Amino acid sequence: MINNDRSAIALSRSPIRSLSLQELSIIAEIPREEYVLKCTSACAGCSDSLALRYVLKAAGPDTVLVIPACCTSVIQGIYPNTAFNVPVYNIAFGAAAACASGMSNAFRAAGKKTNVIVYAGDGGTLDIGIQAMSGAFERGTDFLYICYDNEAYGNTGMQRSGGTPLGAKTTTTPGGKTDVKKDIDAIIAAHAPPYQATAAAAYPQDLFKKVQKALSFRGPSFIHVLAPCPPGWRYSTEKSVEMGKLAVKSGMWVLYEREYGKLTMGAPSRAAMKKPLPLEEYLAPQGRFKGIDPKTVEILRQQIAKTFAKLAAEEAAP
Amino acid sequence: MKKIATGNKAVAEAVKQVKPDVIAAYPITPQTEIVEQIAEFVSGGELKSRYIPVESEHSAMAACIGAGITGARTFTATSSHGLLYMHEMTNWAAGARLPVVMATVNRSIGPGWNIWAEHTDALQERDTGWLQVYVSTVQEAYDTTLMAFRIAEHNDVLLPVMVNLDGFLLSHIMQPLDTVEPGDFVPPLHLPHAIDVKTPAGYGGLTGPDRHFKIRWEIERSMRDSVKVIEKTQDEFSRRFGRRYGFTEDYRCEDADVIVVAMGTLGKEAEVAIDQLRNEGIKAGSMRLRWLRPFPDLDLKGKEVVVIDRDYSFGRGGILATEIMAQTKEEVFSVIAGIGGQEVTFEDVADFVRQRRRGTEFWFGVTVNV
Repeated sequence: MINNDRSAIALSRSPIRSLSLQELSIIAEIPREEYVLKCTSACAGCSDSLALRYVLKAAGPDTVLVIPACCTSVIQGIYPNTAFNVPVYNIAFGAAAACASGMSNAFRAAGKKTNVIVYAGDGGTLDIGIQAMSGAFERGTDFLYICYDNEAYGNTGMQRSGGTPLGAKTTTTPGGKTDVKKDIDAIIAAHAPPYQATAAAAYPQDLFKKVQKALSFRGPSFIHVLAPCPPGWRYSTEKSVEMGKLAVKSGMWVLYEREYGKLTMGAPSRAAMKKPLPLEEYLAPQGRFKGIDPKTVEILRQQIAKTFAKLAAEEAAP
Repeated sequence: MKKIATGNKAVAEAVKQVKPDVIAAYPITPQTEIVEQIAEFVSGGELKSRYIPVESEHSAMAACIGAGITGARTFTATSSHGLLYMHEMTNWAAGARLPVVMATVNRSIGPGWNIWAEHTDALQERDTGWLQVYVSTVQEAYDTTLMAFRIAEHNDVLLPVMVNLDGFLLSHIMQPLDTVEPGDFVPPLHLPHAIDVKTPAGYGGLTGPDRHFKIRWEIERSMRDSVKVIEKTQDEFSRRFGRRYGFTEDYRCEDADVIVVAMGTLGKEAEVAIDQLRNEGIKAGSMRLRWLRPFPDLDLKGKEVVVIDRDYSFGRGGILATEIMAQTKEEVFSVIAGIGGQEVTFEDVADFVRQRRRGTEFWFGVTVNV
């Protein structure tokens, strides 16, 4: 039943696309309770807080967020205030997964089912936090690790990270990054968690469903969320959702989930695989790709084709 | 119950009796036996703790922090490079006001790889907001570990406590151990700021220049308050179990002209030297420092002071000597001995006293003439 008419109308006016009936029924399921309250200190058009809004709606009030140094350490506000309506435990940059590991064990020892969710950026996940994360996954920690990926160290003013894509300009790669983006999802897959997924802030219903699903598993789960960043990627603030959708439609970001190792590609990525949007449409609005060498674009294009082929083969495998 | 145990096993025995909810474990020589022994207790069902075999010491302390903030009792153990690797997290544990108890089996720092006793590892943690206590016997390691939980978790303290024992010289030495039934000597932990999902709060978020200093001051206030808690805990321990401990262990100090100050097993070794010196007519005494943080008031007025440091701060001096010089007007004879497990006997300690020269520093085995 569709009982959330207002949001349905608002979304049906979206210039991006109209909604299918199935998606409308998911909107109806999304709780009205807000856990990301007003007056965060997020930048205009921030997709980190947009994603977190749906993450917490999916997780509900019996949840603790563990946050390493990242944009979200700032977004939550200044002590003694907090803009998040669940307990938030802040911890040093490289320690989120280990801290969550202790927390989850303590809750379970006390007979509590409280969700322990790490919400970390790409620097805190792909770079400095990777050891603690790998350890926590290997030990089968009962938690959800969400990496919101804005493809650079956003909080410190956009320095290159392992998540920065090839060719992107950051303050420490002023000529464009010469290395490719680290495939953290493959690294996570090597730990064989019960559930892992990719998502994007631009597809909140999909993200909502994936968070709910991830939390239904015992043991570690991982969701990698693309979080376009207006000041970092240098596009205008109203375009964050559009950027996320362009990333998926061009194939630069692929939506899928892996349940006990079984891969299922998301519908938007399946469509993009058949007929990807020209990559230039994704790159052109972003200042970070300004003046990118056509050869680099060609490498990115080849990478997209390779990734699609690999994922399609995995999905088709029995 | 009377038994024979190593320093490491004595620590593990005390940990078993206070039943931490969560124990994070990572191996490092010479501490490993502690976490191995605890693993035995857990796997044999004698201890119902969650045992997290973390992938690093940084994660060991982070796991204790994450568990601790839910109100759980936590324990871990480390040595040397492990302690240095978790340095960021030791600061965090103190700042987060979590009563983590950790055994540090003191060992030197590389390069080169040296696994033997030295205090420089723990002394590099001096300014983190941890209480630090140094023990000298197997019995003291056990008793002090029990007391450490009670002190750390006291609501006037709520700071982590590090129990230090010398690598090999104590960690692997067999001595008699008399275990007790702690009963309610270590009462259940009630962490006032434990996470409660019903009243959501932010922990460790942004603090501005108008507030941060107040939070740091509160650490110092609790550190000062901990003096009374330590005294009361040591008194209560003596009342219940008959063994008395102070901030220092003083041996023949009352009428002494010269006092040897040291920490750990060297402080115990000094007692033998004192007897020898007394036989020669030198009125010497030994003051073995147990608590380095909070640093106690030492009564050294009018005494000659010989400080033995199994540690060093390059460009300044022996760390314990520096601490003592900051407190007393007496000129100190500073001896640097036992670095990286260098053998120091009671004969050597007696020699340090015989050849003492006020206001100078002597590197045992290096300095030719005192």
